[in-house]
Amino acid sequence: MVLGTYKEIVSARATDKQIQKVSQDGGIVTGLLAFALEEKIIEGAVVAGPTDEFWKPEPMVAMSADEIIAAAGTKYTFSPNVMMLKKAVRQYGIEKLGTVAIPCQTMGIRKMQSYPFGVRFLADKIKLLIGIYCMENFPYASLETFISEKMGVSMEMVEKMDIGKGKFWVYTQDEVLSIPLKETHGYEQSGCNVCLDYVAELGDVSTGSVGSPDGWSTVITRTDGGDSIFKQAVEAGAFETKDIANVKPGLDLLQKLSAQKKEKNQKTIDKRKEMGLPVPF
Amino acid sequence: MSLISKLKGLLGIGAKPANEEPKPAKSGQVGASEQEVEKVAEENAKPRIGYIHLSGCTGDIMSLSENYDILAELLTNMVDIVYGQTLADVWEMPEMDLALVEGSVCLQDEHSLHELMEVREKAAMVCAYGSCSATGCFTRYSRGGQQARPDHESFVPIADLIKVDCAIPGCPPSPEIIAKTVVALINGDMDYLQPMIDLAGMTEGCGCDLQKYVVNQALCIGCGTCAMACQTRAVSMTNGRPEVNGDRCVKCGICYVQCPRSWFPEEQIKKDLGL
Repeated sequence: MVLGTYKEIVSARATDKQIQKVSQDGGIVTGLLAFALEEKIIEGAVVAGPTDEFWKPEPMVAMSADEIIAAAGTKYTFSPNVMMLKKAVRQYGIEKLGTVAIPCQTMGIRKMQSYPFGVRFLADKIKLLIGIYCMENFPYASLETFISEKMGVSMEMVEKMDIGKGKFWVYTQDEVLSIPLKETHGYEQSGCNVCLDYVAELGDVSTGSVGSPDGWSTVITRTDGGDSIFKQAVEAGAFETKDIANVKPGLDLLQKLSAQKKEKNQKTIDKRKEMGLPVPF
Repeated sequence: MSLISKLKGLLGIGAKPANEEPKPAKSGQVGASEQEVEKVAEENAKPRIGYIHLSGCTGDIMSLSENYDILAELLTNMVDIVYGQTLADVWEMPEMDLALVEGSVCLQDEHSLHELMEVREKAAMVCAYGSCSATGCFTRYSRGGQQARPDHESFVPIADLIKVDCAIPGCPPSPEIIAKTVVALINGDMDYLQPMIDLAGMTEGCGCDLQKYVVNQALCIGCGTCAMACQTRAVSMTNGRPEVNGDRCVKCGICYVQCPRSWFPEEQIKKDLGL
């Protein structure tokens, strides 16, 4: 299945105005983690938090909705969130943990849960894993290069970054700039080119903007746990939803992009195998 | 059918077990639950397990015993611990279905060498249990010259000397992986055990595996799993790539074993998640 195994797909956005203001799209990650925290489904969450350097995130343990909201928005570079999970349990004493992860990170987490060879008493503490759609990720220096060199904007001027409609977008206080996505090709980390997962197929819930209108996100619920937490949140009014069949651009686009990633990267995998290079998939 | 022939069959040594389909593992479960263990224990014959302690710190058996809350019934009533320095009052090594070997083997220690050879003869299945036994781990650093035996200098993973059927690395292995392995073993869930069988071939481990086999191979995605998994906090992440502090690395191999880009058990994960 091109979108992985799932229970339900809807278009949704957070109803909280504060979350709407800071979120990348529909505020699903921020809204769901904040909801889970308030409902005590989780006691804390590992998120990609801000640092002193502009647009260079670092994994952070958020213990309050405010901290989660402070980490809202997509950062297009590394935040090794998986690293922080053990710290969250050991040093913060969190027994029920939530986190947000890109597909490759969900793979690291899920592998650890199925085969916790050297990882003690962590697997069962992860109660909510929100996966986000991801085509590729950029080293920080790559991001800097195409934003400051190609687009001519220094990192500290950037208020928001976004990928959509075939372009990489940068918003400053008074400008909206973009370059075609193909200009960013070759700047992604090469590890992304063997990844066959666009829609975080191993998340409890997966989300991303693709398929939904501006300001909304497409939510895929997968596991029993993820499905039930998302439904509780909708019922509690944390999210408003729309039938995915009635929104533009709709599921077709999500399926198309997921299939494209699989097809393109399968070629890289085949080529690597021909060269005798290792591939884990 | 005796458990020993079942195990041999499962491992492809000896006759294939008749009329017994491996039971599928239950879905949606991350840890081996108490009910799961009890059910397994009820349905199966008692395997005879031995514990052989070579050059290790006893941390591995401590981790095993941490499972008492979920495995108490199994460890006390459902398996026969037939041999082990601290576990059974037995001098002669008996026949065993499974021998867990903790620790590497010292080439200067006649007694250890003898015990290792004997365990290979007496056990249907030998498991390199813990990283010292599997990769040499911390004992790789030994250069001898210490009391009480300054001549004890050379320590190697047991697979250097005998055929090893499976390995459970870890410094120590987590209590959960032990519980999951025991349940899978008794269930005959070979799909789950396959990585342990594959890992029997991994007799070297080091933080530098991350650089050589992941970063150098254009596979690293900076997820941070290695840094999370490292049991001595030797791995940190710098600019989205692992950085290993060699002074802290004990060569257990866990960073590479847990890396999602070294091997990836997709089917097992989906089964566990109910996907």
